[in-house]
Amino acid sequence: MQGSIQLEISRRVLLISSAATIAVNGVVTRDAAAQAAGSQMNNTEVSFVVNAESRKLNVDNRTTLLDALREHLHLTGTKKGCDHGQCGACTVMVDGRRINSCLTLVVMHEGDEITTIEGLGQPGNLHPMQAAFIKHDGFQCGYCTPGQICSSVAMLEEIKANIPSHVTENLTAETKTTPTEIRERMSGNICRCGAYSNIVDAIAEVAGTKA
Amino acid sequence: MNPFDYLQADNASNAVKLASAAAAGKYLGGGTNLVDLMRETVERPDTLVDVTDLSRRIEARPDGSVMIGAAVKNTALAADRTVRRNFPLLSRAILAGASGQIRNMATVGGNILQRTRCTYFYDEASRCNKRDPGRGCDAIDGFNRYHAILGASPSCVATHPSDMCVALAALDAIVHLEGPEGVRMLKLVDLHRLPGGRPDIETELRPHELITDVELPALSFAARSTYRKVRDRASYAFALVSVAAALDLGDDGNVKDVRVALGGVAHKPWRALKMEAALRGRAATEVNFRAAAEGELSDAAGLRDNAFNRTRQADDRCRPR
Repeated sequence: MQGSIQLEISRRVLLISSAATIAVNGVVTRDAAAQAAGSQMNNTEVSFVVNAESRKLNVDNRTTLLDALREHLHLTGTKKGCDHGQCGACTVMVDGRRINSCLTLVVMHEGDEITTIEGLGQPGNLHPMQAAFIKHDGFQCGYCTPGQICSSVAMLEEIKANIPSHVTENLTAETKTTPTEIRERMSGNICRCGAYSNIVDAIAEVAGTKA
Repeated sequence: MNPFDYLQADNASNAVKLASAAAAGKYLGGGTNLVDLMRETVERPDTLVDVTDLSRRIEARPDGSVMIGAAVKNTALAADRTVRRNFPLLSRAILAGASGQIRNMATVGGNILQRTRCTYFYDEASRCNKRDPGRGCDAIDGFNRYHAILGASPSCVATHPSDMCVALAALDAIVHLEGPEGVRMLKLVDLHRLPGGRPDIETELRPHELITDVELPALSFAARSTYRKVRDRASYAFALVSVAAALDLGDDGNVKDVRVALGGVAHKPWRALKMEAALRGRAATEVNFRAAAEGELSDAAGLRDNAFNRTRQADDRCRPR
């Protein structure tokens, strides 16, 4: 394996150095080397930080962030529900903001910091939101739970950052954490077991408000 | 998903060059719609040019206008202080759309160019003139609760799904473009087309033209505006009908000026010019609002599942809040 990694690196260096000699001024792309070499490169190397650990992958461009996390990095806490951005089970945080990892290509995340449920807390060292979901019984089957927890942690940060929502009455005032706000802001996370009221209780406790 | 090349552009001119050089190049914004359509092989680009590193600036100018970079995220635009204070209908429209996760990913340019959510367009086993010109339309006699009542054609009854664009239409927003032949501007209301016989041609964009910015012209009474949306659930659903409206009321209680645009009812964001004309100079009363709404909808035509929309829309705009 060491040999193949070396080969990979030297091929990349070779491509980059040959590209540099004929690079179009100002065209800066990670695939500039591949372009200049005239090859159809359907793979890309991506370096990013996942749960505070630097990772490097060479992936087919078609790979979503969700599939990269689950299939390449074996972080299977992030779940694939609908794979269309409709259920929120795949929610992770990128640079602190929640997104649907099924709707984004991993090649778009060069240099990004990604946090999954595994990065939030571990058995014996739970994130307060994980502990609150357990305390309030905020799940039944548990499949949507990692997405619910990642979403809710980032959602509370959005309120702190004064990002308004559909139910915010006064757009020019500071946003507040109310049960109505929590429900609206969590609408991108579907729970087919219907644990919603307990989920709101768990989030409200972490936020320090009464549900 | 079909294989494709992935390229990143650091400015608009280079993005246009990269996309033009490909046989079937497409620009990639947040990916929330395009990645999904590629997975279904409805979209089959051979090259994606990632334009999410292009302008993310929101510039409030001294004259009251605002320039918004096409790569600005939906969340950032909705949360912008100037937009919230001076153009609340735009913040409200964005916040009424999608989910928190999707708004964090989606860009302004991508929102404008998103495709319809007509289920027959997504389903390759169905007939769809938009996906496969000339094949027919399964929506006209199918499940068409979310389909057009204004400006539709026998070829296509799909609707434009954006909430943001409804506010932009009401605000007379100007879309700045850059293409192989240079830069130009289009009013947002002139960007999207009605379906006619070619529903596959959705915009007036020329090949490889890229949206670089969206400009909101100054509008003094836009601070007195809002966005209302009716949908099948309380949150995270596309509009059955939506309304973006701004009102300039005189001291005499008459309408000095008004802007109204409708969403969820047509192949494009629908600027309600008839309604605006009927209201200018008239008393701001429920009776006048209702008459103006009925006038706007005089040409509306319902299908099996969406005829309710005609009355719903009139009712909704008249109900005092």
